[in-house]
Amino acid sequence: MGTPATAPRKNTVRLGDRVFSGLSKGSGIALLVIMAAIAVFLTIRAAIAIAHNEGNFLTTFQWDANASPPVFGIAVLLFGTVVSSVIAMTLAVPVAIGIALFISHYAPRRLAGIIGYVVDLLAAVPSIIYGLWGALFLVPHMTGLFDWLDRFFGWTGIFAYDGTPARSLMTVGILLAIMILPIITSVTREVFKQTPKAHEEAALALGATRWEVIRMTVLPFGRSGIISASMLGLGRALGETMAVATVLSPSFLINASLLESGGGTFAQNIASQFKEAGSMGRDALIASGLVLFVLTLLVNGAARLIIARRKEYSGSL
Amino acid sequence: MSQTTVTEEPPRPRPSVRPTTLRRPRLPGWSRGALLLGSAAIGTATGLVAGLESRVQWGLIAALVFVVGGFALTSAVEGRRQAVDRLAASLVWTSFLVAVLPLASLLWETIARGIPGVSWYFLTHSMNGVLSWQDGGGIYHALLGTVQQVLLASVIAIPLGLLTAVYLVEYGSGRLARAITFFVDVMTGIPSIVAGLFILSMWIMMMGFGYSGFAGALALSILMMPIVVRSTEEMLKLVPNELREASLALGVPKWRTILKVVLPTAIGGITTGIMLALARIAGETAPIILLVFGNNMINGNPFEGAQSSLPLFVYEQWAFGTESAYDRAWAAALVLIAFVMILNLAARAVARWKAPKSGR
Amino acid sequence: MKLGAAAALVSSALLLTAACGSDDNSGLPGAVDFSADHIECAPSGSLLASGSSAQANAMEVWVNTYQANCDDSQINYKATGSGAGIQEFLQGRTAFAGSDSLLGDQELADSRAVCRDGGQAIHLPMAAGPIAIGYNLPGVDDLVLDAPTLALIFDSGITRWNDPAIAALNPGADLPDLPITAFHRSDGSGTTDNLTQYLHGSAPEQWPYEPNKNWTGKGGQAADGSSGLVGMVQQNAGAIAYFELSYAHQNGISTVAIDTGAPEPVAVSVENASSAIAAGEVVGTGGDLALELDYATREPGAYPIVLVTYEIICDKGNNPGTLDLTRAFLGYAAGEEGQGALAEIDYAPIPDGIIEQVRDRVAGMS
Repeated sequence: MGTPATAPRKNTVRLGDRVFSGLSKGSGIALLVIMAAIAVFLTIRAAIAIAHNEGNFLTTFQWDANASPPVFGIAVLLFGTVVSSVIAMTLAVPVAIGIALFISHYAPRRLAGIIGYVVDLLAAVPSIIYGLWGALFLVPHMTGLFDWLDRFFGWTGIFAYDGTPARSLMTVGILLAIMILPIITSVTREVFKQTPKAHEEAALALGATRWEVIRMTVLPFGRSGIISASMLGLGRALGETMAVATVLSPSFLINASLLESGGGTFAQNIASQFKEAGSMGRDALIASGLVLFVLTLLVNGAARLIIARRKEYSGSL
Repeated sequence: MSQTTVTEEPPRPRPSVRPTTLRRPRLPGWSRGALLLGSAAIGTATGLVAGLESRVQWGLIAALVFVVGGFALTSAVEGRRQAVDRLAASLVWTSFLVAVLPLASLLWETIARGIPGVSWYFLTHSMNGVLSWQDGGGIYHALLGTVQQVLLASVIAIPLGLLTAVYLVEYGSGRLARAITFFVDVMTGIPSIVAGLFILSMWIMMMGFGYSGFAGALALSILMMPIVVRSTEEMLKLVPNELREASLALGVPKWRTILKVVLPTAIGGITTGIMLALARIAGETAPIILLVFGNNMINGNPFEGAQSSLPLFVYEQWAFGTESAYDRAWAAALVLIAFVMILNLAARAVARWKAPKSGR
Repeated sequence: MKLGAAAALVSSALLLTAACGSDDNSGLPGAVDFSADHIECAPSGSLLASGSSAQANAMEVWVNTYQANCDDSQINYKATGSGAGIQEFLQGRTAFAGSDSLLGDQELADSRAVCRDGGQAIHLPMAAGPIAIGYNLPGVDDLVLDAPTLALIFDSGITRWNDPAIAALNPGADLPDLPITAFHRSDGSGTTDNLTQYLHGSAPEQWPYEPNKNWTGKGGQAADGSSGLVGMVQQNAGAIAYFELSYAHQNGISTVAIDTGAPEPVAVSVENASSAIAAGEVVGTGGDLALELDYATREPGAYPIVLVTYEIICDKGNNPGTLDLTRAFLGYAAGEEGQGALAEIDYAPIPDGIIEQVRDRVAGMS
């Protein structure tokens, strides 16, 4: 493209191109600058806190960042965040793919439109509402399930349950799953809809059943989209504050059982400690926020790797 | 099977008549309905007999019976491939039903508790002079704040996010693009309160601006950008390369190709992404408390003075913990959802109108 | 076209602004009459303040009364928690901070940076709130506990309601054989700080932990905010928790009477809290009015679990722009009318001897 000496028309073309690519590059750089500024800000504040920390930042089971030698550690928070998000993702992703397929390939056309719309709407429900609903409705209804799990799987220790109100990491995981379901569904459905019609028709012409069509065309095509959608959902699950704070009964102990209260998550801890935090307390909370960052980064990096393995993303025929 | 049977299987009698059609045997149409009823009955019966308290468990048992039973039945009558197809279909249906239950309950709860509180008075008055344990009052100040803050945040974040995604997909390669991708990924993990703290330190502490709706919008735009970038990027990648190539081959400059071909093709998905981002920031509380401060009176100027916002209002009312405050909280939550819904509808209308007509 | 849609949205937003909003809620059925006689108004202006949520209800009444009587004055009090309020005050962003606990040495030193004329931060006690111990025990309407029992209950030392220690304090009551679920705050809180001060002060053996804004006891469950605790007590039979008296009243929750060693167990009420406060002493120096309470009081009719909530100001003022309004507003709150409004909303007023000093300090801000 672009022989040097041609008609003036070509020049205007190139000007438009240059302006547009400059603009998009510029906003990319602007984004980069903002993010970098945030990263630097967080790192500095976190470094201050960690330098003063008397406990071990990674292994201390305590959060006393306002005490005069501050003592705090993220072990419990890391555990709680990872566990609740893993529960949420294992429950939400398969179901979300199911609903997305339902909307894009199974449901009657008119019903699909309505459901798609309702799903988008649910993605818009503010998390404090999920929290209120979780505390008033979900927690009391969890007791039955927990009793059942305890009866049959209590011997594993992971599912032991003592009959206290069901405000545990498991409940949090389930609530988070319900919360991120609409988000993942929404994006996944959009990706499924983009599957080239020709692919599907070709598969059908070969006599494939509906499931075979989906397995051979829709899912491979939408794979990177599913992962991206899941990452969006995971981002929200990891950083969720209010819904966790209303449903979990936190403590700075790790309970072997997922069904009994205790534990905590980064975002929940930031929200509940922030009210009474002094300046050192704030820095300590920022340091924990930084860990959340790194965690997200690792997960996202892994996801990118998976996607990159099948880079041929173009929806060519 | 403790003793080995010696009797040999008698040879099967050959079918005396060959099937007259090439069609595979199929389950009759009513079988699915019957299966559904049957499994519901089994679920209920098991629940009653075992004395399970939670109705959810009954439902789960019924669902399990339905899926497994459907698979076994189809497998026996129609063959394996059809059975797998049927299994997938029942799984998809079940996952839909399982997910619908809690979500419907949530929506129902919000609507049922919210509707009684919503009135014209509620929408057009502030909370000035209304004590938290008193009935009445309104959300006008909060609604106004949310509308302004979300709009300001979108004005900042959507163009930046869209252009960045375009850069990443259409132009970007090499180190810069990788760096941007990296940081966008990091951004999706920012807890909202940290974004709030960042703006608080930069904008309010260092630069000395006061608390304002705009400061809140800045933090909201930070939260919004990565979502816009990632979902737009994903959608742009799905645009077939043939479309780009065809357009470029016709001599259309690249920027016009992007604006007129690539973006419109992906507009549906991009809109969804933007709506998700909007929905997320419209429900944010933490940065709003830090940056916008909160206000019981109407402040129509987002650039100066404390404002309120709907999620902050819901949060405050929830913390008051009185009956009338809870009523206000649910009603305000309903209005917040309605607000996002209206935005959603508008955006979808625009998207449908702009999108190229296609087969679906 | 996208521009068109955006323009439409923006203009509708502007319409919203211009149209129909109103700050006037005086026509509501049951609207509170905020008229007052002796408010000395400052010239119009606005100020921001933030801090303790334990004094939020008092602030609501004070702010609304002041605004209703003084034209064009706007006061925003944000109940984010004492710590956050102190931070904002120390950063010079607010006119005063509301706090349930005292500043530390470092914070006092930091306050010199934002206070004018070489002044520093001082504590002004403005209201006292009794902390109720609420419980949910079907069939038991009156429950008496003492400090050691309470400490054991909250520290998982006593786990069933029919424990002999509880039965001994409640001879007539029909205590069910139900596990106790003790709830505490999951967020840092001045209420927790004051409760643990009481437990540590009057039952140091059973409650060996130092008073702390964060929960230090063993076991139990945690919930977010006083409203979260109230919700938990309402939902779960066998639950016990602590919150400001107003939460118990507004939600009809039964409260524990405390056996302090006085002849009669003391129920939680504004009068009984006032009696306990009256015995409080000013321990602040150099014009500071920090109070110390006697948590082990055996005074008849003195309810010992009381939270004193302060306004933290600069003794010589901070921001000249908000000084007049701060002085007028706090002057009203500390004045007879401001203090007189407290009892109705479950706060105890500050005793005369101390509140007069508070008025002096407020008037002395220059």
